[in-house]
Amino acid sequence: MQVTVNGKPQTLSGGLSLLKLLSEKGLDKKRVVVELNLEIVPQEKMENTLIKEGDSIEIVSFVTGG
Amino acid sequence: MNDNLTLAGKTISNRLLVGTGKFPNMPVVKEVLETIQAEVVTVALRRVDIESKSDNILDYIPKNCTLMINTSGARNANEAIRIAHLAKASGCGNWIKLEVIADNEYLLPDNLETLKAAEKLVAEGFAVFPYISPDLSIAKRLAQAGVAAVMPLGSPIGSKRGVKTAELVKILIKEVNCPVIVDAGIGLPSDAAYCMEIGCAAVLVNTAIATSRNPVEMAMGFNLATRAGRLAFLNATGGSNTAEASSPLTGFLRTNE
Repeated sequence: MQVTVNGKPQTLSGGLSLLKLLSEKGLDKKRVVVELNLEIVPQEKMENTLIKEGDSIEIVSFVTGG
Repeated sequence: MNDNLTLAGKTISNRLLVGTGKFPNMPVVKEVLETIQAEVVTVALRRVDIESKSDNILDYIPKNCTLMINTSGARNANEAIRIAHLAKASGCGNWIKLEVIADNEYLLPDNLETLKAAEKLVAEGFAVFPYISPDLSIAKRLAQAGVAAVMPLGSPIGSKRGVKTAELVKILIKEVNCPVIVDAGIGLPSDAAYCMEIGCAAVLVNTAIATSRNPVEMAMGFNLATRAGRLAFLNATGGSNTAEASSPLTGFLRTNE
């Protein structure tokens, strides 16, 4: 299925949960915040949130800054 | 001497707030923060680079520090609010450095959008620290809205040009009913000392430390200066346009006196 992750088109296998996506990308769910179609997904809901065709996913984390 | 500062209900003793951007590497950030015993530290939020792994800044910030999360990148109130919500969802606290900038040349803040976002975020329970151009009306409205402090710029972000807005900052200190923290443009320890001497509650320094030859030593300099300026604010007495002798005016070794 086609989705957008951090502004870039990506092809993912169907039935993937947000948690699985993070682990596939090597990301710790405690170190990132995820928005699914502009709605923040709490950590505890990532496992049961399945990604659907056309979803827009933002994965952000803390960086250095003033 | 007990001279603590309370910000958003939290008591801190180090009035030098530190930004983490532009350092040569993250271990240096850690060394700086530990050396000066920083208590309030700013970070930003960005998209994760999925293609390349990078260190996480949170691993280099001592646990006792309070994170102030910058909304940098926000161009209007809604974008800033979105970033604040993401920050809160991270579980790293609710202190927000509210920075709304639509101008890419000077990075000067949009005070009106900042006010809009501040009112919303305060109502949602955030501790809001708005970065502003030092405008009295806006600063008063922000204080009325319940922000934790106002953070006027000294000169443009990263310019290290010092406190060019000093006269306006002084007015804010006198008239606005919340702490005033000079946030941008501080270039030298003397700038930090000056801000504290005129009555700022704290200063926020990033570029001048991060881009110095030795950030740890520069941070030590800023730390001493911030402290020195604060002590002067608490203790200095006014000057005079004419001389005031320091030695006694009696008992001179003169004849006929």
